[in-house]
Amino acid sequence: MFRYFNDIFSGLWSLFIGLGITFQEFFKPKITIHYPHQSIKMTARYRGHIELIPGEEGQPLCVVCGMCEKACPSNCISIGGEKPEGSKKKVLTSYRLDFTTCSLCGSCVDSCNFGAIRFSKEYNLASTRKEDFHFDLLKRLEESKQ
Amino acid sequence: MSEPIVLQPDETFILNVGPQHPATHGVLRVKMTMDGEYIYNAETVIGYIHRMHEKMAENRTYPQYLPNLSRLDYLSAMAYCHGYVLAVEKAAAVEVPERAEYIRAITVEMNRISSHLVWFGAFVMDLGGFSPLMYAFDDREQILDLLEAVTGSRLTYCYFRFGGLYNDVDDDFIEGTRRFVKRMRKSLKMYHKLVTTNVILMKRLMGIGPVSAEMCQRYGATGPVARGSGINYDVRRNEPYSVYPEFDFDIPVYNEGDSYARYKVRMEEMEQSLRIIEQGLDKLPDGPINPEKKPKTIKLPPGDYYTAVEAGRGSFGIRIVSNGDKSPYRLKLRSPTYSNMHLFDEACRGMLIADALAFMGSLDLVIPEMDR
Repeated sequence: MFRYFNDIFSGLWSLFIGLGITFQEFFKPKITIHYPHQSIKMTARYRGHIELIPGEEGQPLCVVCGMCEKACPSNCISIGGEKPEGSKKKVLTSYRLDFTTCSLCGSCVDSCNFGAIRFSKEYNLASTRKEDFHFDLLKRLEESKQ
Repeated sequence: MSEPIVLQPDETFILNVGPQHPATHGVLRVKMTMDGEYIYNAETVIGYIHRMHEKMAENRTYPQYLPNLSRLDYLSAMAYCHGYVLAVEKAAAVEVPERAEYIRAITVEMNRISSHLVWFGAFVMDLGGFSPLMYAFDDREQILDLLEAVTGSRLTYCYFRFGGLYNDVDDDFIEGTRRFVKRMRKSLKMYHKLVTTNVILMKRLMGIGPVSAEMCQRYGATGPVARGSGINYDVRRNEPYSVYPEFDFDIPVYNEGDSYARYKVRMEEMEQSLRIIEQGLDKLPDGPINPEKKPKTIKLPPGDYYTAVEAGRGSFGIRIVSNGDKSPYRLKLRSPTYSNMHLFDEACRGMLIADALAFMGSLDLVIPEMDR
């Protein structure tokens, strides 16, 4: 008999405790953000897809050594370069990133000895077409110059 | 209209739970033979999310396999990565600077708390209480923000490198973590008030799903499941690795073996993790985070290597068989929930179906990790 009433009482009591804690939430500041209208700034180290770092004149710093291509676990980077006549260095002609298979591990950025690639802060990426995620990073660099 | 089905007294029927069911938290299928509301027999079926992680290791170099480790257990990815880098460092004799070891321990413990918070929220939601999930995710968000600022990623960190780390922590992180520790202590008190001492929760969990220590040993269960059954085993204490011997922390052990004991073990583990984080921040030495001499290509000498770490769900072991090549000859992952889940078949016999789902929640299953 005592246990029966004790159960009812303690049940009611924990209900009030729960309600009290929930009630306190009314007076706490709002932390949610209405996403499409408001957005937060990404942190400095945010890992978006990679991009080429422009040099002083806006040219890519890449020397086409192919280290990033080799380091990538999912083979999503393919680069092309050629040696112009009379020049000792190779020049980058294409830098393609297949973002559909990229896992944003950062192996490519780690492996680059010339500081030519970094992570972008791009996160508004959504599409129903696969081709939209095949980025031409050289083209992207030239576009950002303008 | 057809006649309603009337079961004979000794007749059973098969109930299929999953592979898409909210209570299984992933693509786990349980074939239950039911005797009315009671479970007569249960058979767990896995394999719906098998991604051949072990086979993938054989086709990749050692550094290329790093991102895979975060995809095993997406809730406590740090610990799995830690196990892998420790195994390779031990085999290749790569030295790790002390600062890197401390940062590893701090981030792993933070990740453990965030993983336990997801379990806490989801588990209480399984039992019908929705608001604790929101509070738990609020606290978890603080951890994810801190870790994102350091690692650049929110879940699949890929933060550890052989011999060190991807990048260093800054003063903001240290201050933020100290603030978080204070906040989390307050929140834990609130959780105990709101959930742990709640009569409904106690009635749903106490005495439900008893798992004996003998059964845990038979199935190889580790982590909070074993510690809730009175087995005092924690890899951090029994086979110390990294800088864990430097920390003063307790291993919570309960002898009851029921769902409530497992619940309490995890709640106390969060408190202990906070203690480790605090001590780690106090002791954090200055210095480099990567070794001065780092081998350009990682090649393990031929042999057989095994390392275990304490992940959020139990002992995670990694065995690498090397033939001296750039990629492993064979890599075996021993994941804790794979062993923990197999308890379910035996332990849930004779249980009510509602209790069985509560019992499943208390095992803290992460399906991509057991299926690999």
